[in-house]
Amino acid sequence: MTQVDEVKAPPAPSQEAASGGLLRQRLQQILTFGSLIALMVFFSLANPNFLTWSNIGGILLSTAVIGILALGTTFVIITGGIDLSLGTGMTLASVITAVLLVNLGIPLVFGVVGGILFGAFMGFVNGFNVAVLKIPPFIATLAMMLIAQGLALVVSGAAPIYFTGVPGFTDIALGSVVPGVRLPNAVLILFLLTAVAGVILAKTLLGRYAFAIGSNEEATSISGINVRRWKMAVYTLSGAFTGIAGVVLAARLNSAQPALGLGYELQAIAAVVIGGTSLQGGKGSIVGSIIGALIMGVLVNGLRIMSIPQEWQTVVVGVVILVAVYTDILRRGKEG
Amino acid sequence: MSQKLLTVEGVSKGFPGVQALKDVRLDLDAGEVHAVVGENGAGKSTLMKVVAGIYQPDAGTIRLDGEPVQIHGPLAAQALGISIIHQELQLMPDLTIAENIYIGRESRRALGLLVDDKDLNRRATELFDRLGISLNPRTKVGDLLVAQQQVVEIAKALSFNARVLIMDEPTAALTESETEVLFGLIRDFKEQGTGILYISHRMEELKAISDRITVLRDGEYIDTLTTNQTDLRQIISLMVGREISGETRPQVEPDGRPTVLKVEGLSTKKLLRDVSFELKQGEILGFAGLMGAGRTEVARAICGADRAQAGEIFVHGERVEIHTPADAARLRIGYLSEDRKRFGLLLDQDVNFNILISSLTDYTNAAGLVRDEAGRKTSRRYVESMRIKTPSIRQRAKNLSGGNQQKIVISKWLAKDCDILIFDEPTRGIDVGAKEEIYALLNSLAEQGKAIIMISSELPEVLSMAHRILVMCEGRVTGMLDNSDADQEKIMQYATKLGSHGGMER
Repeated sequence: MTQVDEVKAPPAPSQEAASGGLLRQRLQQILTFGSLIALMVFFSLANPNFLTWSNIGGILLSTAVIGILALGTTFVIITGGIDLSLGTGMTLASVITAVLLVNLGIPLVFGVVGGILFGAFMGFVNGFNVAVLKIPPFIATLAMMLIAQGLALVVSGAAPIYFTGVPGFTDIALGSVVPGVRLPNAVLILFLLTAVAGVILAKTLLGRYAFAIGSNEEATSISGINVRRWKMAVYTLSGAFTGIAGVVLAARLNSAQPALGLGYELQAIAAVVIGGTSLQGGKGSIVGSIIGALIMGVLVNGLRIMSIPQEWQTVVVGVVILVAVYTDILRRGKEG
Repeated sequence: MSQKLLTVEGVSKGFPGVQALKDVRLDLDAGEVHAVVGENGAGKSTLMKVVAGIYQPDAGTIRLDGEPVQIHGPLAAQALGISIIHQELQLMPDLTIAENIYIGRESRRALGLLVDDKDLNRRATELFDRLGISLNPRTKVGDLLVAQQQVVEIAKALSFNARVLIMDEPTAALTESETEVLFGLIRDFKEQGTGILYISHRMEELKAISDRITVLRDGEYIDTLTTNQTDLRQIISLMVGREISGETRPQVEPDGRPTVLKVEGLSTKKLLRDVSFELKQGEILGFAGLMGAGRTEVARAICGADRAQAGEIFVHGERVEIHTPADAARLRIGYLSEDRKRFGLLLDQDVNFNILISSLTDYTNAAGLVRDEAGRKTSRRYVESMRIKTPSIRQRAKNLSGGNQQKIVISKWLAKDCDILIFDEPTRGIDVGAKEEIYALLNSLAEQGKAIIMISSELPEVLSMAHRILVMCEGRVTGMLDNSDADQEKIMQYATKLGSHGGMER
């Protein structure tokens, strides 16, 4: 061991936690969470039907799919990448699940796992194209978006596949595992995955390296990290989340809808961005993304309850994204 | 003597923290090639940029034909007939030769909406005929050889009817035969009365092309000599100049230390040719040479950042394959780039993150989770022992000074337990006080048995730190000196290929 190593560790300075990055990160999350609460207060004042158990449950259920996509793609965005194939990739995963369960009749568990693995495989291909072939993420995943969209129609014969012959499948999304709790499983899955993604991002090598790659890919590589391999891992992980979203969506609809899915990717990316994750990479959080997804869900639900026409709902969501990102820029500008 | 074409008198220029030029003078006759030489950082390029209007001098006068002129910017310089050809080519590869030459000065037609390509090409052809250049103006610049692009740059400069032409290392990217072509062109311009200010590191070139040579050192004017009455060795000693009094020299290491790293016949496609050397345990091996000599390329090839075309690398006597920086890190070779911000640090991440990034795999538990508390302990230990000045390990790297950032990068590799450390310009951008600290750190690392390569363009730094000094020139090793045999003149001779066995041969 070196002499340098032998120096005794000083006691941890107590003010450490209060300074620097941690506080900033917390502030960001508090701000986002505050916006969510403010929105909910606003809508409950505007309409008494908003803050009811069934409506909140509805919001959570409708957020589940976008939320799961947002969780996975948070990793990709933190590396400085982008994934446009989330939406149609999810659709293809649900079609594959349907083919496995309905057409091939394999047992439920294997069908579900197969759908998820297929999602992971698509993510791996994205990762390979980005990390090894060095195709820019926007282009690589745009191509995958089209490929998945087409394949979903081809494989399904351009018609929905129904899971009516597969007992228990809809329970994956709509059943309730925990008796007495009136939350559908889809919502529980979302919460569970939030915890899993949170741990992966904060505590594992993959999470650390995702931040490192997004902060400075060249420096990360020079630091001896196999950037290629970890990028592929990140896209594969995101793909697995896409696969899970596909299964949950199919279970909620009790069918695989090959024409659905396009546009989900943009909503998921919007949720991540509202949650404070930077598209430049190197910065972001799982908590932020899930709150971002909830803000989108609350916004759409609240506007609908207030009888704002659908066209205008979309406009409002667009404005909210601009406001959220600009606030973030202002906040960072002050930091210097 | 007739009226001087260009006179520079008493020019000074300071940048924050550096006085780049102090009271510098220079004059240029019509039809003369006047070379400006000096070590890296002597102020050559700054002087040229002042003349070309890119920088405004803090003091001093510039005269053209004896008349004082104010050069407010590059456009003003061009209007006065002063053109500069930069070290890096500044052409747009997807445009044609003619488009590049006349960019911003295109002839228009159809109410000024369309570019008159026909006229553009006609003008370019006329220009080329006048200069005796045989290139098709319709060719895309990206399709040309580097030397041909250089010619286009020169033609562009002359298309402004330049009377003063500034060339900053024009032959850096040229082969010998291409250099001959360029020299032919320069001699033609001389006959037409163009005055040329010429910067080059290559001594033999100055002999071949220049009429007079002005030496700058540390931003100051030293002397102007007539080339054909001067011995080039004299120029080198003027360039190096300063006495090395009071400088400490490292103790000569006793022989018999094990060789930690051995490189044999390392070549890359672009630059390196047959680079071989050995690095011993506890040794600081200095890499000296001028900019572009290939020192950084050697480092990058060893640490897997660039692909080597040929050559073998042995670590602790064993032949190893290094294809990626990850391979190098596994062999415990750490590279510390001179561009810390780009290749060394994750600026937006905190000190803790940066110190641990390379050794993170040592801090995972059986479940694959990072043991943050253990990691933070390590980080704090390095902050303490390296005296990194930071309020906490949570501070973001970008908020620290250059010296402290360098210490973070060193800590990163020590945390990885690297025993071979390659420092590329370890004190660049670091203020004087912190420099001493970095030197002390390097010495103590060597004493602890680390093997260190120190690439440095500052000769006094190399001489005071390195046990042995490897000198490179144009991608080759031209000299290997023990510290006791080395002095600045000798190193400069090898670095400019005047050394005894560096020789003039290619």
